[in-house]
Amino acid sequence: MSDISAEQVRHLANLARIDLSDAEIATMTTELGQIMEAVASVQAVATPDVPATSHPIPLKNVYRADVVADVIPTDKALASAPEHDGSRFKVSAILGEEQ
Amino acid sequence: MAKAKLMDYDKALELFEPVLGFEVHVELSTKTKMFSAAPNNFGSEPNTNITPTCLGLPGSLPVVNEEAVRYSISLGLALGCEIAESSSFARKNYFYPDLAKNYQISQFDEPIAINGNVEVELPNGRIVQVDIERAHMEEDAGKLTHVGGSTGRIQGAEYSLVDYNRAGVPLVEIVTRMIEGAEHDAPELAKAYVATIRDIVIALGISDAKMERGNLRCDANVSLRPRGSDKLGTRTETKNVNSLRSVERAVRYEIQRQAQILADGGTIIQETRHWHEDTGATSAGRPKSDADDYRYFPEPDLLPVVPDPALIEELRAALPEKPADRRRRLKADWGFTDLEFQDVVNSGLLSEITETVAAGATPQAARKWWTGEIARLANAAEGDEGIDISPAQVAELQQLVDEGTLTDRLARQVLEAVAAGEGSPREIVEAQGLAVVSDDGALIAAIDEALSAQPDVLEKIKDGKVQAAGAVIGAVMKAMQGKADAARVRELVLERAAAL
Amino acid sequence: MSDLIHKSAAELAEMLAAGTTTSVEITQAHLDRIAAVDGDVHAFLHVNAEVSLAAAKASDERRAAGAPLSDLDGVPIAIKDVLVTTDMPSTSGSKILEGWMSPYDATVVTKVREAGLVPLGKTNMDEFAMGSSTEHSAYGPTRNPWDLDRIPGGSGGGSAAAVAAYEAPLALGSDTGGSIRQPAHITGTVGVKPTYGGVSRYGAIALASSFDQIGPVTRTVLDSALLHDVIKGHDRHDSTSLTDEWPSFADAVKNANVKGLKIGVIEQLDGEGFQPGVLARFHESLELLKASGAEIVNVSLPSLEHAVAAYYLILPAEASSNLAKFDSVRFGLRVQPEGGGTVEQVMSATREAGFGAEVKRRIILGTYALSAGYYDAYYGSAQKVRTLVQCDFADAFSKVDVLASPTAPTTAWKLGEQLDDPVAMWRGDIATIPANMAGIPGISIPAGLADEDGLPVGIQFLAPAREDARLYNVGAALEALLEKKWGHTLLSQAPELKGGAL
Repeated sequence: MSDISAEQVRHLANLARIDLSDAEIATMTTELGQIMEAVASVQAVATPDVPATSHPIPLKNVYRADVVADVIPTDKALASAPEHDGSRFKVSAILGEEQ
Repeated sequence: MAKAKLMDYDKALELFEPVLGFEVHVELSTKTKMFSAAPNNFGSEPNTNITPTCLGLPGSLPVVNEEAVRYSISLGLALGCEIAESSSFARKNYFYPDLAKNYQISQFDEPIAINGNVEVELPNGRIVQVDIERAHMEEDAGKLTHVGGSTGRIQGAEYSLVDYNRAGVPLVEIVTRMIEGAEHDAPELAKAYVATIRDIVIALGISDAKMERGNLRCDANVSLRPRGSDKLGTRTETKNVNSLRSVERAVRYEIQRQAQILADGGTIIQETRHWHEDTGATSAGRPKSDADDYRYFPEPDLLPVVPDPALIEELRAALPEKPADRRRRLKADWGFTDLEFQDVVNSGLLSEITETVAAGATPQAARKWWTGEIARLANAAEGDEGIDISPAQVAELQQLVDEGTLTDRLARQVLEAVAAGEGSPREIVEAQGLAVVSDDGALIAAIDEALSAQPDVLEKIKDGKVQAAGAVIGAVMKAMQGKADAARVRELVLERAAAL
Repeated sequence: MSDLIHKSAAELAEMLAAGTTTSVEITQAHLDRIAAVDGDVHAFLHVNAEVSLAAAKASDERRAAGAPLSDLDGVPIAIKDVLVTTDMPSTSGSKILEGWMSPYDATVVTKVREAGLVPLGKTNMDEFAMGSSTEHSAYGPTRNPWDLDRIPGGSGGGSAAAVAAYEAPLALGSDTGGSIRQPAHITGTVGVKPTYGGVSRYGAIALASSFDQIGPVTRTVLDSALLHDVIKGHDRHDSTSLTDEWPSFADAVKNANVKGLKIGVIEQLDGEGFQPGVLARFHESLELLKASGAEIVNVSLPSLEHAVAAYYLILPAEASSNLAKFDSVRFGLRVQPEGGGTVEQVMSATREAGFGAEVKRRIILGTYALSAGYYDAYYGSAQKVRTLVQCDFADAFSKVDVLASPTAPTTAWKLGEQLDDPVAMWRGDIATIPANMAGIPGISIPAGLADEDGLPVGIQFLAPAREDARLYNVGAALEALLEKKWGHTLLSQAPELKGGAL
């Protein structure tokens, strides 16, 4: 189960957009294996009859009225941008395609 | 974009059965966004309709827009869906610069609406039932502008600019089940299906539904099944299809392209394809791969949507008539022939004619104006602002004709002036003195003058050659600058000729 | 050094009300203290004396005009760097956010400003609150005021150390798996993790959204209650925020009485794996409570065995998604790869350079736990364990009013001692994690010093969701009993910080 390969870690790093070095991949492959072994016990008790819980306090139908609020001015939004053209955020060329 | 080798459409249909599926995204026209209180406006200056949540700023959180939920439930009901007792949001994780948080809040295993059905009527009158698998709520992404390179496309661009005004705009994604049996009509069905969804959301008043603005976007799945086989083919998903006409063309293109590949012994790659309006072709996008591992998980920042049954019933009661039902009713009410009615439907003029009839015109008169002269004017104006004529104005115009104030020819002249924004038909008639001359005295004077100017014609008429009157009528109409009722002039010409 | 720094927030509030001091004096005293000792402690990542003094001056003017905003108007407060602030950088302890100025304030920050409190600065923390020692801060570790060679706990080591070192009377913390309570235990201070949803998370840089909760970090139970009273309540920006009407927690402290209170001792957290000195102080505390009329019973929560494992699947999963926004597009660091690159390469290079090792480890782990083919086995199973933990607590609270345990298994360890073994470090969170799994409130208060090393030990109480007041009741009662027994506060036993030790 917890036999994690370096290739798998490389793939995960790609999914997570982190350009891990080879050394990091090697270390993380070992660590991830140990960690997954340590946490594997959850599968033993997670029987089909147990429902999953994703929210600690059960609430429902939490809504907001359809009224404008909280707008921030463009200059403030752009102030922290690594690069912008005065009204839009600027990024390097995109390799992939629109989703 | 080079076109792929395409098989003749009829031949493709001989060899293969097309199987379709659609994912239509509808942008809801709420005042604010799906999960943030930013304005949901089209066409604002870049990055002005934004809150910390739209930008995915650290610490920001989403809160669901109640109105968007109501709209979504209404849409689900209009699609004949069951509204889920409990539905929930999930995060769809992938990195893209137009996606501020690098995850999209969507619905995954618990959509708000499931198991619907939409009746789609084709131009040839055939009716196809399209099953809806689900409709779910999600948020739109921002808008990228690619700069540099030759085409403004993503390929070859030097850099891209991101505007997050659209980020977080409420969307409902409507997913059909697999559609079989469309056969030869597959492209027309594609177009008619999207048009039906458009009509539904317009009738509900929940979306501006302008495809050219991206309010309504269609991804078309196409696969081919060899005749005699029960094995489904590999499907492609064509995106970027931004008009009804393109939907039809894109589906036709994919059928022809795939058929040719299969006939040549090739295989279809499961991939996303992009439609290019200019070339009328699709091009390969990225192949589906494990990079499509979206790592969905329940959105911890949002709670389940558990609509009160009373709310669902309230919204159900407020649903407008289904487009298909409405069409059937109108056709019967108006007494149009199949051909006349199809013409109206295909021209998208149902509402205009309905309103014109409501304003007092007969259905036939309304049809005649809208599909005739107004369509001609609109065509001529294409590319500019378009034309602005209201159903009330058309009804008024017809009334002027019916009461004898205008001839058909004069009415056309008035219509042009209405289209030019010069006022209502009555105002224009008055301002330009265009009304028919109904004073017999003035007409008789003009007739007598014309008859005396053409004694040979007078003789012919007296001899019973009534058709000769045409020349006199023409002269009279000319003298009256067209503002006379030709039928009345004819009557009077014959009367005077006999008397002289 | 002015004695003002040794006063509790409640005492300072009284002095301000009586007019025997001013907010400017108090604020200046704390700024002086920070200047003197923070070079050694490194509790703060950012201090802006000018801004603080201006806020203090405004407070004094309000009070002079007879219009203080609250009882705490003019009292200084330190803010964990996980909370976004418009007038100070917010980094969450990460290089990827170095110098980032938020265009909006976190709701709790707005609330403390609206109550007239004076922000002193931003406190150090493990990067993105991932850690139990504050050694994972990208800006260097915070040191424990009790022993500068030791860790102050984490992730909120900065807030706890600031309070313990008398650099601030109050601080805000965030608790995802114990980040408020464990540092309180380690530094001999008080920390409260409120009921999930009791305090707004809006503007708290998210680690694990379904666990994160903001809460008070102070030297006394009353001060925690006073601060909790300021920050509690519904926020329309946070869907998970509760609309409950909360009682006055300060009143719960003032009316503390444990007679007849049923206290359940969690069997699974009383024995193996816990340092003897930690257990000794724990049982002493229980004896004191019993002598005051509390009833002590043993309670078993069998699912706790799996809680840590489940926590370390859910947390990285949520974190991997929450931290995806740090992509160099809208804010924060941007690293251009050699010779330029596509936006994908820029994102990957930025995240590689901008995140520390622990953050990367957890992102990869979380990505794995959520990925196709593994979701059910890991994330899905962990969410089921969460149900089991909730059931265990529901069961326990049907029998007792509050639960008790040591806050953490050990006292402060030496800097660098546990950095290499992530799994061992996580085991230290065994007592604090269950409350986050279940969304219930918890408090840690000082219980004494461990015999074997003379370092502080805390005791934790847990209450059912929405019953935070019970924690203030039992916490205040025990605090009074212990201080009566000792004849002093625990913190008064800490060695005096002279500054310039390092």
